Amino acid sequence: MKRPERARKQWWGLALIALALISLPFALAAAGTAWVRIANLAILFIFLSLGLNIVVGFAGLLDLGYIAFYAVGAYAYALLASPHFNLHLPFWVILPIGALTACVFGVLLGAPTLKLRGDYLAIVTLGFGEIVRIFLNNLSRPVNITNGPQGISRIDPVRIGDINFSRSDSLLRLDFSGPIKYYYLLLALLLLAIVINLRLQHSRIGRAWEAIREDETAARAMGINTTRIKLLAFAMGASFGGVAGGMFAAIQGFISPESFVLVESIMVLSMVVLGGMGNVWGVVLGAVLLSFVPELLRYTVEPLQKALFGKSIIEPEVIRMLLFGLALVLMMLYRPAGLLPSAVRKRELAKAEEGTD
Amino acid sequence: MNTVVAPWNEGRALLECAGLSKRFGGVLALGDVEFCIGRGEIYGLIGPNGAGKTTLFNVLTGIYPCDAGKFRFDGASLSGLRPDQIAACGIARTFQNIRLFGNLSALDNVMIGRHVRTQAGVLGAILRTRSTLAEEAAIERRALELLAYVGLAERANDVARQLPYGDQRLLEIARALATEPKLLALDEPAAGMNATETLELRRLLERIRADGTTLLLIEHDMKLVMGLCDRVLVLDYGRRIAEGPPREVQRDPRVIKAYLGAAAEGTAEA
Repeated sequence: MKRPERARKQWWGLALIALALISLPFALAAAGTAWVRIANLAILFIFLSLGLNIVVGFAGLLDLGYIAFYAVGAYAYALLASPHFNLHLPFWVILPIGALTACVFGVLLGAPTLKLRGDYLAIVTLGFGEIVRIFLNNLSRPVNITNGPQGISRIDPVRIGDINFSRSDSLLRLDFSGPIKYYYLLLALLLLAIVINLRLQHSRIGRAWEAIREDETAARAMGINTTRIKLLAFAMGASFGGVAGGMFAAIQGFISPESFVLVESIMVLSMVVLGGMGNVWGVVLGAVLLSFVPELLRYTVEPLQKALFGKSIIEPEVIRMLLFGLALVLMMLYRPAGLLPSAVRKRELAKAEEGTD
Repeated sequence: MNTVVAPWNEGRALLECAGLSKRFGGVLALGDVEFCIGRGEIYGLIGPNGAGKTTLFNVLTGIYPCDAGKFRFDGASLSGLRPDQIAACGIARTFQNIRLFGNLSALDNVMIGRHVRTQAGVLGAILRTRSTLAEEAAIERRALELLAYVGLAERANDVARQLPYGDQRLLEIARALATEPKLLALDEPAAGMNATETLELRRLLERIRADGTTLLLIEHDMKLVMGLCDRVLVLDYGRRIAEGPPREVQRDPRVIKAYLGAAAEGTAEA
């Protein structure tokens, strides 16, 4: 009796969530198209966090240069679908190419860092992220590949058949603007990413990642080829970044190296850590919070100050960073394993604390 | 697992080592060590602290490369292979200072041991193909069987780190057995166990041997070594000083000297 009842409740819950997600862009559009764009960027960041979660959360390899793969994916899209080289491939061809290119870069980064752990790995990956950005900045001479700091503009929007994602269409008296169409496309990709993440976690490969994270020597003695399994984590994580980057290029229509700075890497890492690394739903929550809360502040802090003091005393950007810092400190104190930690990760961090006491 | 294998003196040797040497800077950890283990044998490795027993284990399982010498296992040379390749060839080990995946469940620990005998890759995991699902179910079934085999069936969902010490040692054995080893190398399996647990361990090891796995064990519990091992190798300062059935080795003056010092040699002779 109990089980079917619970299953039915779960289905109702899922149906409600699905309904909310489907109607969300129209609710947001009522508040302004800017909010739909913010939601789209948030989905991109969830996507990125899920990719980084494979490297950091599952395999336990601290990667501070993750945004480089996002950049690789974005440039792959931009170069293959813009007037820059006068190539205009359809997006469903470019996204896999972007994923593959990012994947190759992931292995390129992974290979020399296999023997490094913890802080050392973090520093090398950080360097890698910067190298990619600096390359993008300078690969405009002698042959102009990336167009340097000016970036690449007029990137083709996504087109599926006759549907052009840069224009508005109306269907059933609903106005589907460009961002709303992108929202649904991104949502579909995100669902796919979540399924891939969950399935990888509970698989032979996922267990091997866990083993490496827990004790590399024991993992090797149990017959796990740590080299291959680590490279696999880098490659998988990087392909997620590549796909997200491609979508970013398509949505924005313009990219430049400025979008791929170190702070972005740190931001994605914070999303993973805040939500609870290793737990897919935690990571999703972390990414949603860190994407939306700053935007909410931007829209509330200034009017609030005006109402209270009659003028703006502190800039919203400053308050944003202030609250961000405060949130990080509080997290470290009260929930070091994240808001929704994975059970295993929680135990790991509890143990680390015992060790330092 | 239920086949009984011919006694060790029939057929070829399972593991043959010759001239194994390992130096750490100026310290000779292993000097020209030679021995061979027959199929189905329980082979003991004893010696005072610092004699090079664990170093020998680490060389055999590929964690340290050896400076000189070679070893053949099951007819193939294993020199220079990586630990995971050696595990794939059929040598599994436990660790002196237990190295379980402490934050994972007992079941997960054993399931990870199945990694080397299974093959599902990323695509299989993402698509959940029928073969992947079947393999996954088989992994779990086998892991539960092995937990029951070592007597930890009730502990499957417990966190490894929170298990009692003796159970952690048993779990390490179950995890090693999951790799389907031909040779199971145990580094002080009875350390930290009380008398009852040691007795149960002895029964378990005898059962593992009866089920066809050859055993190599480092152990300080002499009662266990004497009762269990067919032959023992004694190391001292990295060199082989005696080898043979436990009763003979026990009386060897060089062994007594190594364990009790030169003064004891005098009293033993007197």
